[in-house]
Amino acid sequence: MTAVAAATRPAPSEPQAAEGPGPEVKEVKIEDKLYLNRWLADEESHLIVMDQGICLTRCGESHSYACTIFCPASVYKFEGNMISVMYEGCLECGACRLGCPYRNIEWHFPRGGYGVTYKFG
Amino acid sequence: MGGKVLGLNCPPVTESTSRVPVAEARRGYLRMAVERYDAIVVGAGPAGSAAALTMARAGVKVLVIERGDFAGAKNVMGGVLYSRQLADLFPAWPKDVPVERPVTRQEMWLLDESGSALRVGHQSARWGEGPPHMAYTVLRSRFDRWFAAQAEAAGALLVTETVVEDLLKEGDRVVGVRTGRPDGDVFADVVILADGVNSILAPKAGLRPEWPPEKVALAVKEIIVLPREKIEDRFNLEDGQGATIELVGDATRGTFGMGWIYTNRDSISLGIGSILADFVKLQLKPYDILEHMKAHPAVRKLVQGGEPKEYMAHLIPEGGFESLPRVYGDGYLMVGDTAGLVNVIHREGSNLAMKSGELAGQAVVEAKERGDFSSRALRRYHERLAESFILQDLKKYRRVPEFLNRHRELFTTYPALLNRVVTELFTVDGKSIKEKEAWLVGEVRREVGGWGSLARLGWEAYRAFVR
Repeated sequence: MTAVAAATRPAPSEPQAAEGPGPEVKEVKIEDKLYLNRWLADEESHLIVMDQGICLTRCGESHSYACTIFCPASVYKFEGNMISVMYEGCLECGACRLGCPYRNIEWHFPRGGYGVTYKFG
Repeated sequence: MGGKVLGLNCPPVTESTSRVPVAEARRGYLRMAVERYDAIVVGAGPAGSAAALTMARAGVKVLVIERGDFAGAKNVMGGVLYSRQLADLFPAWPKDVPVERPVTRQEMWLLDESGSALRVGHQSARWGEGPPHMAYTVLRSRFDRWFAAQAEAAGALLVTETVVEDLLKEGDRVVGVRTGRPDGDVFADVVILADGVNSILAPKAGLRPEWPPEKVALAVKEIIVLPREKIEDRFNLEDGQGATIELVGDATRGTFGMGWIYTNRDSISLGIGSILADFVKLQLKPYDILEHMKAHPAVRKLVQGGEPKEYMAHLIPEGGFESLPRVYGDGYLMVGDTAGLVNVIHREGSNLAMKSGELAGQAVVEAKERGDFSSRALRRYHERLAESFILQDLKKYRRVPEFLNRHRELFTTYPALLNRVVTELFTVDGKSIKEKEAWLVGEVRREVGGWGSLARLGWEAYRAFVR
């Protein structure tokens, strides 16, 4: 293995109020959840959006950018007219592989030893 | 003194790491095995390790390839493990199985948006007997690591941090695997696909189609750490008891799925899982639904003050019998989640994985005795699967996924209706029972479409579940 491995973690956000008074939903900071996990991020992404044009012209209108909704790690964000891929926080669930309405995501497992490592599972 | 497998230096072989006698290993058992194995297992989850263990015990030369740092590093489930299928592999229940708590009480909660909850549950004296107890909560990272080590101890060779990228074929026959390592081709008489719900190998080789987003559930889960006494107090448990709670209705905010809360020894597993297509349809993010459930008045006191320790996500194949692929062919077998062996209704998955792994392993042992790894010989695995409770149960429930999909109201509006009905009937407010009955009839007519519709629903449910 030649790639320089860097353990990366998204930075946690500011602490939130500890106890909400009622059942109304606080805005969830996904970074706070991802911060709990352990990763070894590879240098290159194992997730590739194949044709950004499809996201922009077709998915946006009909699905409000599907991957930005269902991805449990918010790997995908729509920013500046394109989908950005923050693969470092990927939980490797495969939701985008099967869930992209246009099969527009090229999906690989991270290379052996890279990616998320669950302590509890 | 170690061996080389896939260009990796293996740790020295000792009595504790291999059942193959050390002397034999040093004479080159490992090196000989480098070129060629009887069987390769892709993935060291419960299915893969059960297969590897079964084969290794019968003297089959097995290589297990796992992409994680260690077996279990990538694996997630709710997590209840039914012990019987593990006990079938270990008649003397091992003392060191890393289980959390026996499941002595199971509950189902129907939540509504207003903060109400209708609870049904059962505490069984028999579930308290063990070990092995009927079911345990487990943490897969720990369990899978232990289980893979048992396969290793039986003589299987486990190589981690290695991704299998392709099946190697000669004509239609699977003859080995291509790994991501340099010079990473390995050959075997048979390859067992235990690479899970996200198997890239099976669809790529045309062995099964990709599952559509309507046929898989996406689950997210948190581990929330709490002191043991707090868990036992909040869940009304004694030492050595555990509870599972399944939550429907407002728990998943209208998506077709369920939430769950399971007690571990010093933590709680809490999650939600819904059909993948629904998140987009309802424009809801999985972790927002998770937080919504945590904030419900029936739930929030259970986890209050707990420290989240890990956040996970995983897919569940929920197509059932109608989505099952052919699980065997020339030189390959498919086990566990890879084949979609999940009984959603009974929350069974890892136990089906283990049993299917065992049955696949037995089929390979027989195939090796006859020297025949053709599709015809390996069909024996499918026959065993069909004779077992696995396919019998999945077949019995073959209409259930479609039935539930057609009647999402069972998971969305009906739990709320039931809460309203129970609240109204048991509220003492000076209205006569007769008045309340009239109200009830009106509610049922409005929500269900009258008693005829309810009867029709009952009949359809009977057809889906019973007939």
